Amino acid sequence: MDRTFSALADPTRRGLLLRLKEEPGLSVSELARPFSLKLPGMMKHLDVLSDAGLITRTKTGRTVSVNLSVGPMREAMEWLKRYERFWTVSMDRLVALVEEDGEQ
Amino acid sequence: MTDRLPSVTIVRRIKAAPAKVWAAITQPELMMQWWGPDAGPTLSVVADVRPGGRFSVVFRLLNGDEHNPTGIYQEVVPEKTLVFTWDLPGTPERESLVTFRLEPFDGGTVLTLTHEHLPDEEARTSHEEGWNGLLDKLPVFLGDCE
Repeated sequence: MDRTFSALADPTRRGLLLRLKEEPGLSVSELARPFSLKLPGMMKHLDVLSDAGLITRTKTGRTVSVNLSVGPMREAMEWLKRYERFWTVSMDRLVALVEEDGEQ
Repeated sequence: MTDRLPSVTIVRRIKAAPAKVWAAITQPELMMQWWGPDAGPTLSVVADVRPGGRFSVVFRLLNGDEHNPTGIYQEVVPEKTLVFTWDLPGTPERESLVTFRLEPFDGGTVLTLTHEHLPDEEARTSHEEGWNGLLDKLPVFLGDCE
């Protein structure tokens, strides 16, 4: 999960993911265009996203198309949900305990 | 802009003085009474509340599952700040960090709890930038792909 989090910890890469969500299957050069990225820089970002399992690349002839892969993001989301639930309920109980007798 | 790794933050206004809240989050016999995510029992608490001291809680959920988060206290400022690492065996992530901040407010306390995922050392040094913005969109991502 560390890889997911560090891959997401970059505004360009988040931008790429959002773009892919809107337009799945874009080619690498189409994807690079609005980000004013040079191809090597773009490939680097795609490598990071790919290593984290956030995207898949498929080669058809001379074109590489890129798609989102949602599994690792779901894992990150579950981490957040789990702890949100955990602490929300625990904090409710903590507050009830310290406010119990109305003393300050 | 402060970019961060993903974290959970909960803020509560409590009608009790910081001293009382501090006691509830640091004294084992009081921790036993609230620690846990449902009405299941808290079975044991170790809280050696000083930097480097050990933290360990065992709780049982209503479904019968038992969990044992452990950690090490990092920062202890009575009635103000309590920071400890969090390691929950059986989960995929590495260590995370829990921070309680207490501020006096109108005779009571504002309690801010933060639970942060910690990146490994490599991720920490190579990524100063963060995470802003995507979290809101994650449910959308997930919803679309289900």
